[in-house]
Amino acid sequence: MIFDYAPAPESRSVVRLRENYDLFIDGEFTPGKDGDQMSTVNPADETELARFTVAGASDVDRAVAAARRAYDTVWSRMAGAERGKYLFRIARVIQERSRELAVLESLDNGKPIKETRDVDLPLVAAHFFYYAGWADKLAHAGLGPDPRPLGVAAQVIPWNFPLLMLAWKVAPALATGNTVVLKPAETTPLTALVFAQICQEADLPPGVVNIVTGAGETGRALVEHPGADKVAFTGSTEVGRQIARSVAGSDKRLTLELGGKGANIVYDDAAVDQAVEGVVSGIFFNQGHVCCAGSRLLVQESIADELLPRLKDRIAKLRLGDPLDKNTDIGAINSAAQLRRIRELTDSGAEEGVERWSPSCDLPPSGYWFAPTVLTGVSQAHRVAREEIFGPVLSVLTFRTPEEAVTKANNTPYGLSAGVWTEKGSRMLWTAERLRAGVIWSNTFNKFDPTSPFGGYKESGYGREGGRHGLEAYLG
Amino acid sequence: MRLAVRKTYKLYLGGAFPRSESGRCYPVTSSDGEHLANASLASRKDARDAVMAARKAFGGWSSRTAYNRGQILYRVAEVLEGRRDQFAAGAERAQGLSRAAADQAVSAAIDRWVYYAGWTDKIAQVLGGANPVSGPYYNHSAPEPTGVVAVFAPRNAPLLGLTCVLAPVIASGNTAVVVASERAPLAAVDLAEVLATSDVPGGVVNLLTGRVPEIGPHLASHADVNALDLTGAGAMAAEFEKVAAATLTRVLRPGPGADGGEDVWLDPDPGTARMTPFLETKTVWHPIGV
Repeated sequence: MIFDYAPAPESRSVVRLRENYDLFIDGEFTPGKDGDQMSTVNPADETELARFTVAGASDVDRAVAAARRAYDTVWSRMAGAERGKYLFRIARVIQERSRELAVLESLDNGKPIKETRDVDLPLVAAHFFYYAGWADKLAHAGLGPDPRPLGVAAQVIPWNFPLLMLAWKVAPALATGNTVVLKPAETTPLTALVFAQICQEADLPPGVVNIVTGAGETGRALVEHPGADKVAFTGSTEVGRQIARSVAGSDKRLTLELGGKGANIVYDDAAVDQAVEGVVSGIFFNQGHVCCAGSRLLVQESIADELLPRLKDRIAKLRLGDPLDKNTDIGAINSAAQLRRIRELTDSGAEEGVERWSPSCDLPPSGYWFAPTVLTGVSQAHRVAREEIFGPVLSVLTFRTPEEAVTKANNTPYGLSAGVWTEKGSRMLWTAERLRAGVIWSNTFNKFDPTSPFGGYKESGYGREGGRHGLEAYLG
Repeated sequence: MRLAVRKTYKLYLGGAFPRSESGRCYPVTSSDGEHLANASLASRKDARDAVMAARKAFGGWSSRTAYNRGQILYRVAEVLEGRRDQFAAGAERAQGLSRAAADQAVSAAIDRWVYYAGWTDKIAQVLGGANPVSGPYYNHSAPEPTGVVAVFAPRNAPLLGLTCVLAPVIASGNTAVVVASERAPLAAVDLAEVLATSDVPGGVVNLLTGRVPEIGPHLASHADVNALDLTGAGAMAAEFEKVAAATLTRVLRPGPGADGGEDVWLDPDPGTARMTPFLETKTVWHPIGV
């Protein structure tokens, strides 16, 4: 039977975009000193959404100074319970405005409304709610009887989960008594700027949260600023290395959440339907723009011939298109630059002799799109098995024994996530114990929760975000 | 009158005591300049061999039960206690300590091995636990050793300082490459003999004697070194941290007082602070259902 889905678009009317966005410094929106601007486009149709300010070095100076003032005079002196109440208030406003934020996130990022509405925004609110409750309980966190905040936190976040990454950075920093200067990614600044409005709406004291927009130069000025006591970065491993080098020899504390090349191991006794669902969500969730994506499928050789056709059947049913359509599974690639990277790496696989498959899939005429893709015949030496593609591209490898599965899974400089699919508990635990990765999803994938620590081994970075562990990054 | 048999001080790599592959050594003197012995002057190749030995030992050591690691660390304390006169006399000669001060340092070192022996099977409970996620999932976090740790031992506390930085690294299941105090390395080599006779598997601790500026850069930039303890790296610490950034190696910066003598290491309860920098947190999820 052939049937089509009628369009079911979420309304844009809930979002009121401004033409220009200023920086948010010391509780107020303020123009940049140099007057430089960039624009952010809707990646689904390449139309300009808004223009925003590029913060220069003097703007970053102002933001850091405001954060320092707020730290010294207000925030570090405030009773934890009161700090917590501000965070609870912010969590509530986020819940109230969650549909607006979800639509805006889908417009600016390109990810499906289904995900922003059901995953990103609920997690954002939950994260603020979780850390709000810690603010007056820090003495019980196992970090000493009187843990102290560090001061001003310089935070730089990526474009793949713009508001969720903001929550992961801002909520624990504020709960522990630090003040922040945060730089969102240059392709997705808009929800962070609405968050600035929410801080105003919550009457958060001026300077506790400062948002400076811009690209790499702004980020560099921020993390290298001598007034920052703490640097927190989520993004590429390459930039992470530069930041680690720049803070070396200083007193700045550093946490990094970087790239990954997660293995999703499917044993021969796995429940195949669930495994197929998990493999699909593991790599195609958020267009594969996920540092912990299960981008390497390791399937036991004896079931590969059974699993792969079922996997392809399932992938062929994914709906790619308008991010605001409630039926959409795969949205737009976030930027032209990212689309180029995905194409280049995927093409390198073809050049190295891997077999490439995509379902027949109409791509919209404008915007940045990449069809879900499966690469088979992949060996460990291929670039597509080693380098992070950060797109909807799955590399398939096989193994014969559990030892081989673990060896192949660990054969990467990264160590962020891994998946294990088996119905046998002892085998699951045996495998999980040997995988050198910070998050192991067994018989599930891509699950997140504010109480659950997240972060990597090896070149996936250091430090944890979420849970009690996430407090450690912001306390001395 | 009997002629004393003098000891050749060598490296400790993979459970054996080789000389430096470079064939070099350097003179070690007491605090007032008297010649004590020659120590091996380790080379870049020795450093690489040490990392290789530590990596080879990591799988086995990290998968020992915590109880077993505790037994072995306690055994180190037992053997050290049996040789306490040797270490006290060595500290008198090398550092010019009074006998009472030397005794105090040796006692503290022995007690520190006992202290960390007790931590091996408690650290996971203190740092890990259940995470109450919002959904039908079992979710649990536990610490794991990060891997191979290069330890720059304190320069002015050759036995006690070394014990204070080394024991916490291996207690949690890491393996170590130690650069001993350049000026006073003999106690470290003596300690290696204690480790070798205490059921510590070969390769878990590897000891280099020599010059930090010569060996250090190769350890800091080595892709198979997971973490650095820069306590004794002195003026090179910032440079090593910079080099380590290329492979995102974990770094414990030298803290205040890192260059002090034995007295800065006397706190009998240092807590978890020297273990947590060399641990990773692993979180495991599993659905709950029938």
